[in-house]
Amino acid sequence: MRQGDGGLAAGLFSARLRRYGFIFSFLAIPLILYVVFVISPYAQAFYISLTNWRGISANPQFIGFENFTRLLDDDVFWAAVRHHGLLLLAMPLITIAIALFFSFLLNLGGGSRGGAMTGVWGSKFYRVVYFFPQVLAVAVVGVLFQAIYRPDNTGVLNGLLKWIGVDPVGWLINTDLALWSIMAVVVWQSVGFYVVLFSAGMSAIPRDVFEAAALDGAGRFRLFFSITLPLIWDTIQVGWVYLGIAAFDCFALVQVLSVDRGGPDNATTVLPLEIWRTAFTFSKFGYASAMGVALFFLTITFAALSLRVTRRERIELS
Amino acid sequence: MSNSAGTPREITRRQMLRRIGLTAVVAGPAASFLAACATSGGNSAASPTATASGAATSAANPFGVKADAPLEVVIFKGGLGDAYATDVHEPLYKKEFPKATVKHVATQQIAQTLQPRFASGDVPDFIANSGSDLMDNGALQTEGQLLDLTQLFDAPSIDDPSKKVRDTLIPGTVESGLIAGKPYILNYVSSGYGLWYNGKLFQEKGWTPPKTFDEFKTICDTIKKAGLTPYAYAGKNASYYQYWMILITAAKVEGNQVLIDIDNLADGAWTRDSVKQSAAAWAEIGKFMDKSYEGLIHTEVQTRQNNDKVAFYPSGSWLENEQKANTPASFEYAVTPTPSLTSADKMPFEAIRAAAGEPYIIPSKGKNPAGALEYARIMLSKEGAKGFTEKSGSLTVVVGAAEGLTLSPGLKSINDAQTAAGANIVTYSSFENWYKELETELRKQTNALMFGRISADEFCAKMQKKADSVKADSGITKQNRTV
Repeated sequence: MRQGDGGLAAGLFSARLRRYGFIFSFLAIPLILYVVFVISPYAQAFYISLTNWRGISANPQFIGFENFTRLLDDDVFWAAVRHHGLLLLAMPLITIAIALFFSFLLNLGGGSRGGAMTGVWGSKFYRVVYFFPQVLAVAVVGVLFQAIYRPDNTGVLNGLLKWIGVDPVGWLINTDLALWSIMAVVVWQSVGFYVVLFSAGMSAIPRDVFEAAALDGAGRFRLFFSITLPLIWDTIQVGWVYLGIAAFDCFALVQVLSVDRGGPDNATTVLPLEIWRTAFTFSKFGYASAMGVALFFLTITFAALSLRVTRRERIELS
Repeated sequence: MSNSAGTPREITRRQMLRRIGLTAVVAGPAASFLAACATSGGNSAASPTATASGAATSAANPFGVKADAPLEVVIFKGGLGDAYATDVHEPLYKKEFPKATVKHVATQQIAQTLQPRFASGDVPDFIANSGSDLMDNGALQTEGQLLDLTQLFDAPSIDDPSKKVRDTLIPGTVESGLIAGKPYILNYVSSGYGLWYNGKLFQEKGWTPPKTFDEFKTICDTIKKAGLTPYAYAGKNASYYQYWMILITAAKVEGNQVLIDIDNLADGAWTRDSVKQSAAAWAEIGKFMDKSYEGLIHTEVQTRQNNDKVAFYPSGSWLENEQKANTPASFEYAVTPTPSLTSADKMPFEAIRAAAGEPYIIPSKGKNPAGALEYARIMLSKEGAKGFTEKSGSLTVVVGAAEGLTLSPGLKSINDAQTAAGANIVTYSSFENWYKELETELRKQTNALMFGRISADEFCAKMQKKADSVKADSGITKQNRTV
C-alpha cells in the first residue's frame, strides 16, 4: 500500500511537472531570446557606459560616472533631448488628431443609413489609401521626401510654390523649420496606421449606442466627443504610447533627410543619431552607451508617466 | 540624386580619399594600436633585406634580382583596371628579365584572396592593396609582413641614374607612406585639389580664374550678373570639400606648419591669424552662394555645374571621372589653385594641395622581394608612369611622367597646375582620420560659416574649443606628425 501511496504522490507530482513543464517549454524559448537579445545588451550597455571603451580593446577602463557628467555639458546631447521633447509634445498630438478625424469620417462620418453608422462615400477606398505610407520602408519615405523638400525650384513643394510666385523655402536648411519638416514626414507616415487602429476601435463600439444617441438627437460633433472618443480611449492611449516611443527614435529620417546628419547647426539631431555617430564614427562606445542609458530612462519615464496620466475608468460595454 | 544612392558614392569617395595620401595616416595609428595591444612574439617587425638571397647587384640591377626568378603580381582590378599592369609594367619587367615568368593575379577582393595566403606563408611578391576589401597595412606592418621601401626610394632612378627615385616623385609621396616612421607603402596615384570650372565657358565669356581673393570677388560679381551661381559646394553631405579650401588658404598664408599644428592639436592653432583670415575670406565668397546649396548633395551640385549653373566648384582630380556620364560636350573641366589671400602669403598662388594615394606594398616574406622592388622601380620610371596614366586615366606621383600624353582636359589642367606648383605643395590633413569628432565639428561649422550663420571669429573659437576638448579627452589616443 505504501508503495501505492508513493505511486500516487509520484503520479500527482509528475502530472504537475508535466503541466508546468508544458507551460514552461512554451515560455522558455521566448524568455531566453528576450534575455539574450534584449536584457543582456541593456545590462552590457549600462556597464559599458561606465567605461571609456573605444570598441576595440578587450578590457575597457572603468571610469565611473565621468561619461554622465560629460553629458551634462554636451550641447549636442541637450539639443537632441530638446528635440525629443518637442517631438514628444507635438508629434503624437498632431498624428492622433488627424487619425481620429479621418477614422471618424471613414466609419461614422456618413451618418446612419438603415440604422447602421456608415463612413463617408468611398471610405473603403480611402482606408486602403491611408495605409499606403505605412507600407513604405522608412528609407523609401526618406528618399521620397528628399525630392519633395529639395530647397530649390526642382523640389516638389518649391516647384508648387514657384507656380504661385513664392520664393523657395528651405524646408530642411532653415534651422527653425527643419525639425518641423521632418516631423511632418513622421506624421504623414504614421497617420495611416492610426486610422486603421482607431477604425478598429470604433467598429467595436456597439451599434445601438450610436442609434440611441442619434435618436436622442446627437449630431456628428456630439457623437464624436461624447460617444466615440470616450469609448476608444484605451486605443488612443495605446497609440499615444506608441507614438511617444517613436518620438524617441526618428533616426532613419533624420539621417537621410537632414543637412550634414542632424544639422544645420544641430537643428534636427536626435539621440539615436548621436549614439550612432558617437559609437561608430567617433569610436567612443562608452560615451555612446551613456547616451543610450539616458535614452533608456527617458523612454521608460515617458511610458510610465503616460500610462499613469491617461488611465481612466474602463467603460463596460456588455 | 537620392541619399540612398548618394551614400555608397560617398563611401567610395571617402575610400578614395583614404587611398590618396591618407593611407599612412590611417595605417599609422592602427599600427601603433596593434603594437600596443597585440603582442606578437619575438622581433617579427624587423624586415629582412631583399638583397640577402639575390644575385649580385649592379647599377642597372640595384636590388640584385635573379634573372630567372618568377614574380607574382596581385593587382586590385577596380576603377583603375589592371591593363596598366598586364600591358605596361609586366611587359617592361619581362623586357628586363626575359627569363623570368610573371604571374598576374587580378582580384577585387584583396583581403579575401590574400589573407589566407599571408597566414600560410605563400605570399605573392607585389600587391596593389586597394579597394573596399583592402588589408590593413598597419596591421601587416606590425606583423612584420611588409618590406621597408627605403631601399626602393634610395635606389637610382631608371630615367636618370644620378638621381634617387625619391627625388623624381612629387614632394610628400614618400612621407605619405610612412608607418612607424618608415616607408612601407608606395602611394602611386596623385590627386590634386582646387577650384574646378568649365574652361570652355570661361573662354567664351572672357573670364579668367582669379589669382587673389579680391579678383575672386570681382569675377564672382561678373558671373553673378551673367546669371550663374558664382561659387557653390554641397552642404548636405560634402562640406569637407569646402573646409579643404579653407585649410589650403590658411596654409598658403602661413605655410604647411599651420596644418601640421592643427593635426597635432597645438594650443591655439585654430585661432591663428592665418585660419581667421582664411575663414573670413571664404565667408565673403560664401555670400555668392545660393542658400539652397546647403541642402543639396555633391552630385546634385556637380550636375548643376555641368549645366553651367555654377561657375566654381571646390573638389579634387577625381571629379572629371566621377561626372563623366553627366558632362555635356560644351563642358571641359579645368582647375585653378585657390587664390592668394595677401601679398605676404608664404606660399605662391601656384601652390596646390596634392596628395599621393592608391597604396602598393611589397610583402617581406615573398619569394622574390628583389624582383618586386625592381618592379616598383619600373612603375616609378617615366615610361611606367606614363603607361599607367594612359591605361588608367589617373596621374601618378612621378614628376613630369605625363609629358607628351594626350590627357583629358581636366587631367591636363591638374597636371599643368601640379607642374606649375613644383615643390609648393600644400600638405594633407591627418586630423580628418585621427580625430573624427573634430572633423565632424569642422563640417558643421564650415556650413555655419559659409552660409552666414557665424562669423570667422566664432568659427575659429568653436573649432579651437572642440580641438581643446579632444586634446583633453584621455580616452582618445593622440597622434603626432612632423612632416
